Amino acid sequence: MTKSNLFLSGMAILLIVFCLMFVHAAVVQRKADPVLKKKAEMVEDLEITDLCLFTEARYTRHPVMADVNTPFQDFPFSIEHYPTGSLVAPPEHLRPGR
Amino acid sequence: MTTWIHKQRHILELTLSSLLRRKGKHFALVLVYTLIVFLLASVMFFTHALEREAALALAGAPEIVVQRLVAGRHDLVPVTYAEEIAEIRGVSSVRPALWGYYYDPVFGANYTLIVPAEFRHQPGQIAIGPGVAAATGSEVGYILPFWTSSGKLVSFDIKELLPSESELVSSDLILMSEDDFRMLFAIPDHLATNLTVSVRNPNELPVIAAKITRLLPDTRPIIKDEILRTYDSIFSWRSGIVMVVLMACVLAFIIFAWDKASGLSA
Repeated sequence: MTKSNLFLSGMAILLIVFCLMFVHAAVVQRKADPVLKKKAEMVEDLEITDLCLFTEARYTRHPVMADVNTPFQDFPFSIEHYPTGSLVAPPEHLRPGR
Repeated sequence: MTTWIHKQRHILELTLSSLLRRKGKHFALVLVYTLIVFLLASVMFFTHALEREAALALAGAPEIVVQRLVAGRHDLVPVTYAEEIAEIRGVSSVRPALWGYYYDPVFGANYTLIVPAEFRHQPGQIAIGPGVAAATGSEVGYILPFWTSSGKLVSFDIKELLPSESELVSSDLILMSEDDFRMLFAIPDHLATNLTVSVRNPNELPVIAAKITRLLPDTRPIIKDEILRTYDSIFSWRSGIVMVVLMACVLAFIIFAWDKASGLSA
């Protein structure tokens, strides 16, 4: 088998795998629909406003509901929570000019 | 057409022969390119998945949440505010919501305590999220101790574990009855953490929020759109980790590609 045939066969296999990834994603998404629906029902029942992503402080746990001036106020010399501080920007409704 | 295909095959053959003359180096380069693309794709797929799941999960979030601010800080809201807000045209219901944080010194963890509108168990009993169960090593039938605001130690029976599939929203939650919550934090009956407002027409949310601010100037209404946009911005490409990884990967890719194309290290 020539090098080009080998290469093209390899590319064809990878292309098939790539297409199968979309099929897999569609199947998994359909299976996850009931779970997502239950999650949305729980959010509605408990009136949840924030995802449980970062629990170091109240403004990282509930960024939507945070006070305007709470960062670095946990205690004197308190440093920013890492890496949460790099990932969670202040919500739009708390930024100046609103 | 056939001639053209043969020509391309020959060019491909020549290219592969040229690459195979230095197998080790080119194999390492392919590996590095693959790693960069893998890293970038993983971060982008993951943040997109989280963004989509956040949007689907938070579709059930309250339409308006009314907080009270005193001296720029979040404070408890009088329950009587609910009656005033309920009289605004377009508001279908207002519920005083009770929730708060509890720091567990034993496990060094922060929990979020919520009083649901309908609590399925008795006072003295709680339901805990999967994160709380994992952190404390608890199961149904165990007890969980809490220090009240007056320094007394009370214990609650764990009656329910929230499903692990809901971990994204319920990991650190502890659900309890209103009486237990008020006893734990010494919150009097006439106060609540905030108010959740339902409206008849979702298109009127900004108008009703503005009316609430005019009626009760010491409050801050947060509408559902702002909740969803907060999480859009956390996971968007402009923010945090996506930007850092994107820049690092693109830069690495450019350096390798330029090095290869210019042949400086040949």
